[in-house]
Amino acid sequence: MTSRTVKFKIYRYDPDKDAAPYMQDISVELDPSDRKLLDALVKIKALDDSMSYRRSCREGVCGSDAMNINGKNGLACLTDIDSLPQPITLRPLPGLPVIRDLIVDMTQFFKQYHSIKPYVVNNSPAPEMERLQTPEEREELNGLYECILCACCSTSCPSFWWNPDKFVGPAGLLAAYRFIADTRDEATNERLDNLEDPYRLFRCHTIMNCVDVCPKHLNPTKAIGKIKELMLSRTV
Amino acid sequence: MKVAKRTFDAVIVGAGGAGMRAAVTLAESGLKTAVISKVFPTRSHTVAAQGGVSASLGNSEPDHWTWHMYDTVKGSDWLGDQDAIEFMCKQAPQVVVELEHYGMPFDRTDEGKIYQRPFGGHMSNFGEKPVRRACAAADRTGHAMLHALYQRNVRANTQFFVEWLALDLLRAADGRVLGVIAMEMETGEITVFQAKATLFATGGAGRIYYSSTNAFINTGDGVGMAARAGIPLEDMEFWQFHPTGVAGAGVLITEGVRGEGGILRNASGERFMERYAPNAKDLASRDVVSRAMVTEINEGRGCGTAKDHVLLDITHLDADVINKRLPGIREISIQFAGADPIKTPIPVVPTCHYQMGGIPTNYRGEVVAHGEAVAGFYAAGECACASVHGANRLGTNSLLDLLVFGKSSGESMIEFIRGEGAALPEIPQGEIDKALARVNRLDTQKNGADVHETRLAMQRTMQAHAGVFRFKDMLAQGVDKILDIEKQVLQTEIKDKSKTWNTARTEALELENLIEVAKATMISANARTESRGAHVRDDAPDTPEHPNGRDDANWLKHSLWYREGNRLEYKPVNLKPLTVESVALKTRAY
Repeated sequence: MTSRTVKFKIYRYDPDKDAAPYMQDISVELDPSDRKLLDALVKIKALDDSMSYRRSCREGVCGSDAMNINGKNGLACLTDIDSLPQPITLRPLPGLPVIRDLIVDMTQFFKQYHSIKPYVVNNSPAPEMERLQTPEEREELNGLYECILCACCSTSCPSFWWNPDKFVGPAGLLAAYRFIADTRDEATNERLDNLEDPYRLFRCHTIMNCVDVCPKHLNPTKAIGKIKELMLSRTV
Repeated sequence: MKVAKRTFDAVIVGAGGAGMRAAVTLAESGLKTAVISKVFPTRSHTVAAQGGVSASLGNSEPDHWTWHMYDTVKGSDWLGDQDAIEFMCKQAPQVVVELEHYGMPFDRTDEGKIYQRPFGGHMSNFGEKPVRRACAAADRTGHAMLHALYQRNVRANTQFFVEWLALDLLRAADGRVLGVIAMEMETGEITVFQAKATLFATGGAGRIYYSSTNAFINTGDGVGMAARAGIPLEDMEFWQFHPTGVAGAGVLITEGVRGEGGILRNASGERFMERYAPNAKDLASRDVVSRAMVTEINEGRGCGTAKDHVLLDITHLDADVINKRLPGIREISIQFAGADPIKTPIPVVPTCHYQMGGIPTNYRGEVVAHGEAVAGFYAAGECACASVHGANRLGTNSLLDLLVFGKSSGESMIEFIRGEGAALPEIPQGEIDKALARVNRLDTQKNGADVHETRLAMQRTMQAHAGVFRFKDMLAQGVDKILDIEKQVLQTEIKDKSKTWNTARTEALELENLIEVAKATMISANARTESRGAHVRDDAPDTPEHPNGRDDANWLKHSLWYREGNRLEYKPVNLKPLTVESVALKTRAY
């Protein structure tokens, strides 16, 4: 890569001084080593320290820097700048209240995650050593446990936009299935009871935006399908 | 300015592995516990650990905690305290099994037990041959661990204060720690968290260097706060440079890659580690491998057009093994090096990774200053120095450190809170005012230094003057430069004056913590005129009298740096374990 000037349109809003949000045009000079969108945001912040966004690991594992990039949710640290048509339009994740600039209030998202009881429930006496699990049983957790709670999926889901307080959303349901699928967990029935509701699970209409945007290539729709199957099979 | 006050039995600063392990113990005991974190807990940097957590479970072949202990003492180049090392290695199987019971999705052996892989410096039978000791969840062990610990805390109803930045430690006139003062990032509001016991689990400060595997948030906040509160910092000259950061990007590639059979090669394709460590080869200790790589590059055998890196080759491994055991690495390599490791070797270079030193503690997690425990103050994890890692940490001992010392400090805090710590003394107003003054300065500073530029100057200075190989003259110049940069740090100016989610203010405050770490590092490194572990200098070369440049007669001791006057003191290394025989001093070779 070479040095180049890249054009951005970025959503700006500081409740302390702005009456309303606005889109700001910004051009920034990038070095050859600036490869990812997060590199560009760091450069922009060096020029204007009021530019606000979350970031931490810069390698796609902490889930901090999710945002809406040219209309699609993704992680800034995993997005190649040069793959994006300019001006690169950056907005906060859709469907959650904006606190400032690209920073959204994730309370509702985590509330839904917490609502599925995201921990292994096992009331049998703990053995002295590990609970055994075959490699095949453990493999059932692949594609589920890797979630980084970035919220790209839930905030791209129209059902979550409409009912963020009632529909668990793809991230929370992926986590729900992660515990159902774990042979060490003894609470499958309670977990299904917890989701048996017109909204919590069944608002998923398999639109599959979640699958399309997941930066970890996970498939919440598939996990939701499996929960629905279990729900059906226990009623018949 | 009036500040709100909240009162708890225990306050934990930091929600990485150590903080959340301590929180489990405290919350499950029924004590009123608050965890303050500047990021949502699962965004803490423990999440980026990859290869494994060590424990002599012996799931695939015989292993014993005394072998683990021997490897850790040897890895530390005998600077580790052997009581703490014994405690950690002996506790390891239990804390790892507990974590499994919490729901950690470890990979499994055919028998259904926790999967273990080889790792650098892990040997059986007191250094004989590599042993499988690193308990792994693919190459996402830290992620799996951090989420499992967060989930266990959700179950325990731990009270989290998410996106709060701790500003300073609060102490009574007699030195007892009374809590912290912290700022809610969303609103800028400042609150005093008064507590009977306070734990710092704030992680490392790898961001003092220009090229680092560390997250942006690794700014040494706890270490900086402790230094400002008069606590000395121990062994800060010892920084681990991980052999395999992605060249140019700095992102970590786990040692587990070499554990699974990866090989380091120079420009001619030679497996050069055979020359430097004939026995352990690519699985020698990290400091040894990093120095070998830099030597290859310095002598013109580096790869690429600039000859500035070497290659980590796993093209000989089955694609299935790579996809199953190292899926995250494959992803990182494609993302940040543009190389699919199934077909193309990964360009790598030693990159700053881990702070061996920190806030001095004993193995109970109690902070120790002037030879005695500081009442009400505890530290665990990378910000602390127990000292189990000494002059060089073994891979996977960091995650173990979090579990063992997170748990032990939680237990010590419970004991203190239920005993002599029951009383809650008043917080002196002066303590609160000092923290407020630092925040207020940022509101009023004019004609000050730019935060971004000042931080870059610090990072470039650390990189150039205190890297993998260190030079007498460069270290001395480095001290002057860092002290100069400190003057800039203390008069930084931010343009953003908003109260709402002001990240410019956060970064300016973080820089004030980073500079304390940078000073401690440079000054301690300049003073230690021997080579040991990760600290290797040109004026302390390998000689028959001092093999590897190590000088036990004069330097078998811990450095203690005091912020006040940049004073250095030293304290002896504890060579006496709790129950077993001491691991006797020996020349280190792999």
